[in-house]
Amino acid sequence: MDLLEYQGKQLFARHDIPVPAGRPARSVDEAVAAADEIGYPCVVKAQVKIGGRGKAGGIKVAQDAGEARAHAEAILGMDIRGFTVHEIWIEGASQIEDEWYASIIFDRSAKKPLVMFSTKGGMDIEAVADETPEAIATRHVDPLLGLQPFEGRRIAYEGGVPADLVRPLGAFLTRLYETFVAEEAMLVEVNPLIVTPERELRALDAKVTLDDNALFRHRENAELRDPSAEDPQERMAHERGLTYVKLDGDIGILGNGAGLVMSTLDVVARYGGKPANFLDAGGGSKAEAITQAVEVILSNDRVKAVLFNIFGGITRCDEVANGLVEAFRQIAPQVPFVVRLDGTNDQEGRRILAEADLPNVHPAATMDEAAERVVQLAKEASA
Amino acid sequence: MSVIVGSDTRLCVSGITGSEGTFHTLNNKRYGTNVVSGVTPGKGGRDVEGIPVFDTFAKAVDETGANTAMIFVPPAFAADSILEAADAGIETIVAITEGIPAHDELRVFTQLRRQGNVRLVGPNCPGVLSPGKANVGIIPAAFFKEGGVGVVSRSGTLTYQIGNEIAQRGFGNSSIVGIGGDPVPGTSFIDVIALFEADPETELIVMAGEIGGDAEERAADYIAEHVTKPVVAYIAGFTAPPGKTMGHAGAIVSGSKGTAAAKAEALEAKGVRVGRTPTQVAEIAVEILRGA
Repeated sequence: MDLLEYQGKQLFARHDIPVPAGRPARSVDEAVAAADEIGYPCVVKAQVKIGGRGKAGGIKVAQDAGEARAHAEAILGMDIRGFTVHEIWIEGASQIEDEWYASIIFDRSAKKPLVMFSTKGGMDIEAVADETPEAIATRHVDPLLGLQPFEGRRIAYEGGVPADLVRPLGAFLTRLYETFVAEEAMLVEVNPLIVTPERELRALDAKVTLDDNALFRHRENAELRDPSAEDPQERMAHERGLTYVKLDGDIGILGNGAGLVMSTLDVVARYGGKPANFLDAGGGSKAEAITQAVEVILSNDRVKAVLFNIFGGITRCDEVANGLVEAFRQIAPQVPFVVRLDGTNDQEGRRILAEADLPNVHPAATMDEAAERVVQLAKEASA
Repeated sequence: MSVIVGSDTRLCVSGITGSEGTFHTLNNKRYGTNVVSGVTPGKGGRDVEGIPVFDTFAKAVDETGANTAMIFVPPAFAADSILEAADAGIETIVAITEGIPAHDELRVFTQLRRQGNVRLVGPNCPGVLSPGKANVGIIPAAFFKEGGVGVVSRSGTLTYQIGNEIAQRGFGNSSIVGIGGDPVPGTSFIDVIALFEADPETELIVMAGEIGGDAEERAADYIAEHVTKPVVAYIAGFTAPPGKTMGHAGAIVSGSKGTAAAKAEALEAKGVRVGRTPTQVAEIAVEILRGA
């Protein structure tokens, strides 16, 4: 789960990482009240989970209440690269002497946390890595020991940090590492990490990705999920415990198992179709889950045809067939379905479908045949 | 021969008294797997259809000589259970549990590597099936028979799809190993490919990968340098958009990293044939086996 900037900063503050004082706002009046309380000059920042906010006009400095109101009016509701701004963050303007970069990522390849630091902050770190890789100091951390003080100092020296800030940076990185571990993050990134004229370090931005699998033991973080910002189908699927990702095509897909569903999307694309979604009904899906999944798929009105691709292991094909029959009884879909059932209880599943004789449901013997057929049906429906 | 599980397997199941644990344990036993015991803290002294249950792994190992563990407990308790099994001297641990926090996986992986002499398969995996010998996990064994194709995969159902297509063409499997779809798998493609290379029964290796991470790219380098047996690969997720987790916690394209196209290219550059659909993978595998 990606956090908004201000949620990341509030997380940082809990772990004593210095951040500018600020307040979130969801309306213009709230924003002005927040700005008055914080004092001027202050910065009005769009809260969306995408980069390039500054360039898009989503970050503005306000010198007085009038400007704060004008900026809040302009930014709330603004569209930034496909993301609508529902929330803004007002914080005290910082004086900046230098802009640095610091991050900790969960390095799958090395199977260790990786600390990265550079005095070339404020810009795209991937560009820095490409052009001047020597400007980035890196260090893998032993997950059982944690970041040691000497490692923080070493990163600081290797990164070319001025002598007076070596220890402060080490302390900053230690707190950042504590945040990474304590909150079970997959990524914590501070860009820019600023140096103020008083030679203090401060996180001027915060990018945090939390591990969804760990949210059960971080209740306060789990509540940061913002359902209003989620896609309606994705929210509906989430509430029903289904794994769903919305895509931009017109063929609804349901399968069991993440790998098989990904493969199904690819095979549909090979036959010239465009999937409307990824939906993994999961292992051992019962009829009710299948019915709910059909509802989620069809709630996307771009869907012109639906493909069921099931290879039953723990999932039983008869349960899938019963779920589909029930879905037809409850919601009477208007689009064609292609159904491929193989694996556990496949004969029983096919028999159930044949007996139900559902309108516009087409059985297919193989994954390829099913994909070809559904693409053809979707094209006919669009014509 | 086979890899990871086989005729020597003496299985102890953690979470044997849960409904899923009981169901799959009994399935594994019916298949012929030597299930010697189970562990559920607080339920020591009971039995599950004749399989004795112990409070601790230490006791299960002492009294039943278990050498392999299957982990079926919920995510919050899985890391602890894996470490307990390793501490008790179990050498092979197959973790089926889905949804274990990534930081737990990191600590477990690091500790097991430090300890040495212990292999973890998974977590979030369907387990390991060695047809005709042993089934440890949830792989539907009925679709597979004995033979010379070793399969290693990050996905369960995709493995069944590919394995079934190979079986329909008349070939069987030495072992089928699901390494799981999480960011920190205990066993990598390279680990399993090395085992298959050394296994006399395995004639051909099928590797089914997916988007995310760089395990497939690393495997490509390893295959080029160390593997003499033919390898056929498949990668799922060509159409996956960046930044979206496609079901498996580990299946995510980050920026330009971890794409299916990059993985397929890396494998092909090292001379590994890559099928673009599960059917193509089976066709290539069968073509090689018939020609061999």
